Amino acid sequence: MLAQLTASDRRLARLVLYIVAAAGLLIAVIARNDPMSVHGMIIALFAVVLFMILYSARHAPEPGADRLGEYYDDPSKVGIVLSLIWGVIGMAVGDWIAWLMAFPELSPDAAWASFGRLRPVHTSGVIFGFGGNALIATSFHVVQRSCRARLAGQFSPWFVLLGYNLFCVLAASGYIMGITQSKEYAEPEWYADIWLVVVWVTYLVLYLRTLARRQEPHIYVANWYFLAFILVVAVLHIVNNLAMPVTLAGAKSYSAFSGVQDAMTQWWYGHNAVAFFLTAGFLGMLYYYLPKRAGRPIYSYRMSIISFWGITFLYMWVGSHHLHYTALPHWVQTLGMTFSIMLIVPSWGSAANALLTLNGAWHKVRTDATLRFMMVAAVFYGLSTFEGSFMAIRPVNSLSHYTDWTIGHVHSGALGWVAFIIFGSFYCLVPWLWKRESMYSNKLVEVHFWLALAGIVIYLISLWNAGITQGLMWRTYNESGTLTYSFLDSMIAMIPYYVARGIGGFLYFLGACVALYNVIMTIRTAADNATTAGVAASPDLPVSRLETVAVARSTAP
Amino acid sequence: MIFNTHYKIEKRSLALVLGILVVSGIGGFVEIAPLFTIDDTVEEAPDMRVYTPLELAGRHIYMREGCYACHSQMIRTLRDDVDRYGPYSLAVESQYDHPMLWGSKRTGPDLARVGGKYSDVWHTRHLNDPRSVVPQSIMPAYRWLSRNTLRVDDLGGHLVAMRRVGVPYSDAMIEHATADAIAQASPPALAAEAAATDVADAGGLVERYGEATTVSVFDGNPGVVTEMDALVAYLQILGRLTDAATRLQDAAEPTAGLALELGGNEPGGSEQ
Repeated sequence: MLAQLTASDRRLARLVLYIVAAAGLLIAVIARNDPMSVHGMIIALFAVVLFMILYSARHAPEPGADRLGEYYDDPSKVGIVLSLIWGVIGMAVGDWIAWLMAFPELSPDAAWASFGRLRPVHTSGVIFGFGGNALIATSFHVVQRSCRARLAGQFSPWFVLLGYNLFCVLAASGYIMGITQSKEYAEPEWYADIWLVVVWVTYLVLYLRTLARRQEPHIYVANWYFLAFILVVAVLHIVNNLAMPVTLAGAKSYSAFSGVQDAMTQWWYGHNAVAFFLTAGFLGMLYYYLPKRAGRPIYSYRMSIISFWGITFLYMWVGSHHLHYTALPHWVQTLGMTFSIMLIVPSWGSAANALLTLNGAWHKVRTDATLRFMMVAAVFYGLSTFEGSFMAIRPVNSLSHYTDWTIGHVHSGALGWVAFIIFGSFYCLVPWLWKRESMYSNKLVEVHFWLALAGIVIYLISLWNAGITQGLMWRTYNESGTLTYSFLDSMIAMIPYYVARGIGGFLYFLGACVALYNVIMTIRTAADNATTAGVAASPDLPVSRLETVAVARSTAP
Repeated sequence: MIFNTHYKIEKRSLALVLGILVVSGIGGFVEIAPLFTIDDTVEEAPDMRVYTPLELAGRHIYMREGCYACHSQMIRTLRDDVDRYGPYSLAVESQYDHPMLWGSKRTGPDLARVGGKYSDVWHTRHLNDPRSVVPQSIMPAYRWLSRNTLRVDDLGGHLVAMRRVGVPYSDAMIEHATADAIAQASPPALAAEAAATDVADAGGLVERYGEATTVSVFDGNPGVVTEMDALVAYLQILGRLTDAATRLQDAAEPTAGLALELGGNEPGGSEQ
């Protein structure tokens, strides 16, 4: 992994690791009366482990200059493995707490293991650990191919990837120690947030510098989306996390905003984390790997343009649909609802563009589970964006809000769209990067596909039923004009659905384990092959040969 | 037109960056900025009080344990919400909530007005073992709260941080934060006695935070201020920082059920 690092890269890496380790120790000492000191130790330990890895390769020969004529994929490779590990952990925690909702006594009498602390470990683990690592790994891969340029730098990609993972570790370990600012999907405290800003700015600079090296006049669609993802997530993250720490020697901080302004800022952030983290970045993936795997150009360049600017503009208005009928002024709720409905146009534009790209390749969808993952991802993208717009309509929201329908909706997007496009992309990418003709086992890809799809169907049907039942029970009146059901009645009615959800989630989790196994076995057999025979032919040609990538490129309108 | 413009933009990465920032910036700006400037976004409530140091510590525990993941604190303007939980929530009621805890899911019931509905004893038993008071409950048990001593020495710093983000804590409140927290969780008699030694001054506490401030041994264990004391103190103040909601909505009653009108949720239509 480190073979391409030059002496000066290594020097820079050592310097940064010294600084990180020192910062960690400093935090451990000054925050000794606060759980934040554990984070100081984790930061220092993280730096020490990386230092040891670097040290173990200290005698490696200086890489040749010919490496600069090829793509730099080592960070992507590590990112893929990290992503899958986070995915398996995040899904395991998710399924465990799903069972706790039906059988609360399963939880041990320990603060760290309680539902409320594990829930953000699940959400951050899958969104940021699994999703975020997948985005970093694939964006590095895609930007190089679509620009026909090598990444601008060898140290900064590692800094972005590993620095981001340090943030994820701080987030997850913080929750189980009780460090949280309670803002959903933005729970990490101020110092972790500042660290993420440093990492993210490096990511943006790296991305722009790589774009600047491109040998193509046009920037390919996938990069528009990756760029929007990096830029807007930075803005959202910084604004929503503005806070006043109690002391620099402690984790606790107080949000700069309060009450109604905080609610609006939080859901402006929350919904656009959906838009720009869980949609824009993954559309970038879709726009590269789907046409590439199908061997078909993108159906419509113009549809891509309309969808891109539509998503970038409209999404930022819709956060207030999380606050219907609340103390948020009515006019903001109405704007949120209106723009949510308009959002169907660019969302379905993207979904249709993806599905129409498959025209002429549908026979491949039947036999190739990898392509089928991506096809189903596009279908779920279309379904969940329609569902989202529907649930944003005020009267519909009066039924669905606060119920498990919302959880079902989120998972339709997360399991059906986001995770499926990740798995599809990884099954494309892993054989390319490790120079194999295919995955270790195509049968296991097929097994994973059906496990995951069965899991989703069980999960969604149970939570749709749960949510609608719950919503209806809450609003049912008897003839004397009083409420028919107590809250407890509605809660008891949920338990069978919670059990079914636990089963669906478990199937999905099993599928992710199969994926991790399959990827590891592909890597291991690739290593064996490389030592014995020559490497298999790869469709992924080095830049020096200047072959055009077989992906649809922007053409003049 | 859009296609031609885009065709030019996609050849220049910085133009693309600028385009994304401007186009994505509009929505948030139009929706968020006016909330800080339009005066009637947050109602006037002169009687609105700030959290006592003990309640603030309890609020932190509420966040730390992730209570907000299953309990909302926002009663909507729907008839069934109002009938079940009380007058719908006003913006002013979370004016001092940094951050707000409106929530997004009701696995358990809304807690915006849970204060005063149950006794301290009930809350303590319920948090220690939910199924001992509600046999069908699926809430987790939080037994460690009674075991953990509350950290009170840094509460002054918490009040300072809150003041920096705009909550009107006075110098006296900040100065006495630790003593006030101890006083609020002490038996009223003992607190008065301790006032002489200026360790825990319940009289000062009520003076600073108002007559409605509850002084109680919330967890039933007078020897030590635990995290349970703080959390129960917080739960007991929910919905009672101001009377604005009751006052405004009682006044609106003659106009035939404001909640029903706003809700647009006809009882007849939902009975199927």
